[in-house]
Amino acid sequence: MPDTKLNSIVGDDKILFTGPEWDFEKLRVVYDAIEDIAINEMGLDVYPNQIEVITSEQMLDAYASVGLPLMYRHWSFGKHFAREETLYRRGYQGLAYEIVINSSPCISYIMEENSMAMQTLVTAHAAFGHNHFFKNNFLFRQWTDAGGILDYLTFARDFVAHAEESYGADEVERTLDAAHALMSHGVHRYTRRPKLNLFEEQQREQDRRQFAEENFDDIWRTAQLAQATASIDEKAAEREIAAIRQKLGLPEENILYFLEKRAPRLAPWQRELVRITRHISQYFYPQKQTKMMNEGCATFVHYEIIHRLHEKGLISDGTLLEIMHSHTSVVSQPEFDDQRYNGINPYALGFAMMNDIKRICLNPTQEDRDWFPDFAGNGDAYGTLRYAWANFRDESFVLQYLSPRVMRDFRMFKMIDDAEADAIVIDAIHEERGYKEIRRSLARQYDLSRHEPDIQVRDVDLAGDRCLVLSHTVHDGILLDEGSARAVLENLSQLWHYGIRLEEVDVTTDRVLKTHEVSARH
Amino acid sequence: MNIIDRRPNPKGKSLANRQRFIERAKKEVKDAITDALKKRKLGDVDGGEKVSIPTRGISEPVFRTSSRGGKREQVLPGNKKFISGDQIERPSGGGGGGGRGEASAEDGGEQDAFEFMLSKEEFLDLLFEDLELPNLTKTKLKVSETMQLTRAGYAHEGTPANFSIRRTMRNSMARRISLHRPSPSEIEAMEQELKALEESGDTEGAAKLRLELETAVMRTKRFAYIDPVDVRYNRFDRIPKPNTQAVMFCLMDVSGSMTEAMKDLAKRFFLLLHVFLVRRYKTVDLVFIRHTSNAQEVDEETFFHSRETGGTIVSTALEEMMKVVQARYSPDNWNIYAAQASDGDNYSEDSDRCSQLLGGELLPLTQYFAYIEVGAEATLRHGFPSPPTDLWRTYATIAPQHENFAMRKVADPSQIYPVFHDLFSKDRADA
Repeated sequence: MPDTKLNSIVGDDKILFTGPEWDFEKLRVVYDAIEDIAINEMGLDVYPNQIEVITSEQMLDAYASVGLPLMYRHWSFGKHFAREETLYRRGYQGLAYEIVINSSPCISYIMEENSMAMQTLVTAHAAFGHNHFFKNNFLFRQWTDAGGILDYLTFARDFVAHAEESYGADEVERTLDAAHALMSHGVHRYTRRPKLNLFEEQQREQDRRQFAEENFDDIWRTAQLAQATASIDEKAAEREIAAIRQKLGLPEENILYFLEKRAPRLAPWQRELVRITRHISQYFYPQKQTKMMNEGCATFVHYEIIHRLHEKGLISDGTLLEIMHSHTSVVSQPEFDDQRYNGINPYALGFAMMNDIKRICLNPTQEDRDWFPDFAGNGDAYGTLRYAWANFRDESFVLQYLSPRVMRDFRMFKMIDDAEADAIVIDAIHEERGYKEIRRSLARQYDLSRHEPDIQVRDVDLAGDRCLVLSHTVHDGILLDEGSARAVLENLSQLWHYGIRLEEVDVTTDRVLKTHEVSARH
Repeated sequence: MNIIDRRPNPKGKSLANRQRFIERAKKEVKDAITDALKKRKLGDVDGGEKVSIPTRGISEPVFRTSSRGGKREQVLPGNKKFISGDQIERPSGGGGGGGRGEASAEDGGEQDAFEFMLSKEEFLDLLFEDLELPNLTKTKLKVSETMQLTRAGYAHEGTPANFSIRRTMRNSMARRISLHRPSPSEIEAMEQELKALEESGDTEGAAKLRLELETAVMRTKRFAYIDPVDVRYNRFDRIPKPNTQAVMFCLMDVSGSMTEAMKDLAKRFFLLLHVFLVRRYKTVDLVFIRHTSNAQEVDEETFFHSRETGGTIVSTALEEMMKVVQARYSPDNWNIYAAQASDGDNYSEDSDRCSQLLGGELLPLTQYFAYIEVGAEATLRHGFPSPPTDLWRTYATIAPQHENFAMRKVADPSQIYPVFHDLFSKDRADA
């Protein structure tokens, strides 16, 4: 190794490994060194780690089943696999160095093709960075049950396999297709959900099978009721219907939940399938909301740890350079007019913001003191970051912590593209009067509820033909994409069986801008 | 912390999902394959195939916002010259201009073609999905001569060569345990203990132990270590194995009248047949026979690429084939397939000889004989078919009497697969 001379200053003997080859002993030694820094110096708090070495083919497999170690069978995973494989084989796309799963123990997959330097990076990144974030961020703590997910996935896989045997693969596929189409509308956004309990899940599923039909005839009952009362007293009937609507839990933002509980003509096993997709969607919901923070946290942690390892003389200069090479490409941010530009790189922004928080804590300027009086110069960078990691999501993190310095470094600007206007307007740039506006706007960009269309179950035509009424709350006049909306509604009608109407309602004027309709299926 | 090596775990966890995906997109994939076949050389059939199918049947729709209209704001990195209040002309392509770029790029919903690789097996399975070799039943009945030794459990008697040590010792051990036969180590232990007792002077204990020891020794003598009832031999059965070897004869007219285009058509057909046979049989031999006014067996390169001059006497090729069959490919051991390609020219005096050779001698020996007449495109394209050629007329008289004989005309590469499909479609095989 050419770098040994440099290292001799701090003493060769401490270096944990040389050369690109890795083996299990080296992994263990490096892990221990990293753990020492992560726990004792940075104060991270992690789930027990389980590191699994896999081949590139297995990595492709893992990709295709949305990164989960177990998954039920569905053609769409095969489709993703086919695409990833094609891209990979033709060299358009490299594979991720790791996949990490929010479970306890926290499983990190690392690839056998990685060099020892990369394994070091990946261990710091996944096994400590992501792991700490999973364990401490409030969204993950509230919404997902790291201890139960693997058991639940096993249950889901077996249930789907069993349903396929009993009711035919085609039927199951149709139901899953429909449920998948609504997956992003299958999460509870505001209320807290109880933790998954495998035994209860199985028990509940059995009960459901036993008392299947009796429990779900609310809609039938109300229809008759409404007709009966309508003839006597219209006002009373209206009250009655309003009461029943409340009982049905309308309006309901979790469409899959509503279908599972209320769809009149679903077989019990179909309800269970809907429930399974809903749970999986819910499991991923925190990840969607914290993508930038999560990656930023992991990147910041590996950056700190690698530098500490180097300072302590535990890794060679060559290793450091190899890791930094990879690090740099991960956090690169192409500019908006670059061909490679594909949105703001979550790794880049997350890492930049967290690095900047560290700078503000340790070495603030007057500007920083003005903007962040509560932690500028407090000297406790890791503590401040741990607090941020635990209590924010992407949107609120940007709103709270994006500093003028980072905006200047990224040379951010805000543009407004109004279809009614003739030209695009540059509304704010990285300057004194633009900072606040850019920060506010970027935070909104990370707000999932603005990112994904806001669609709710508003009503069921109880007295009439049981038509399901959905409403899309339109912000800034941006409507749904017609073709995909229609396709989703077709899928939805597989589950609902009666007519469906989707109204797009403007948020400020309450005017219905557009209506999509699908008629009942027989 | 735990490090687990998962590499030995089975890969191909997604295989089942992949099959489902292909099943779902089957129609599109098949269309794509047929398209691909028209375009490319069949010599490449051995590899996989990149197919591109429309996303219609395999889209995964989700609600998403339209990329047009409305008022959008966006924060972008990399400002160079803009200042607040600047107005920029909207890039052509309408509102948005990459607005909400992330959202629309992620779901890929706007792509109209989905591209992926099919493996060789998947490709061939789909290609030949509804095709079946004709007369396969007959093949099985007729050619099942080869015998193979297969394990068939154990026997009490047998030759020493088949002695099964493992099974014998298992029986022996079971018997020894159940009869409480003392093991040598137990006896040894007792002897040592006895010695120790004697040395310590405990005569009473020694006498008792000696008695026990004697009983034990007697038991070991009474119950043999290996008894004849333990002995087992491996047993083998001879079972008939269906013959899984085939030979494919390629016969082609290489006289001057055959153009390169015609040869190319013939080649495509031969290759298709070859690939098809390879899927069915463990080994497929290829024999290339070319002929002008005389025939010879040649290697593949010469067969397709060298050109000969001379007249055309088809019977010479059939004779040559007969000779090769008699010399090397006994119909008892081989499934014989033949494909003949010609432009239909033949020396008119030769017709009788041809029908006699083919109908009388060759067809009874072969599983299948396909005759492909490759025509110049012009003769078939104009709607007025040219009068049947000499060879066509000759063969047409034989065809009705022989189920294993088929004849077709091909004028264009795109017809090759349909013709092939037609010849080997399952319905036909059942008939």
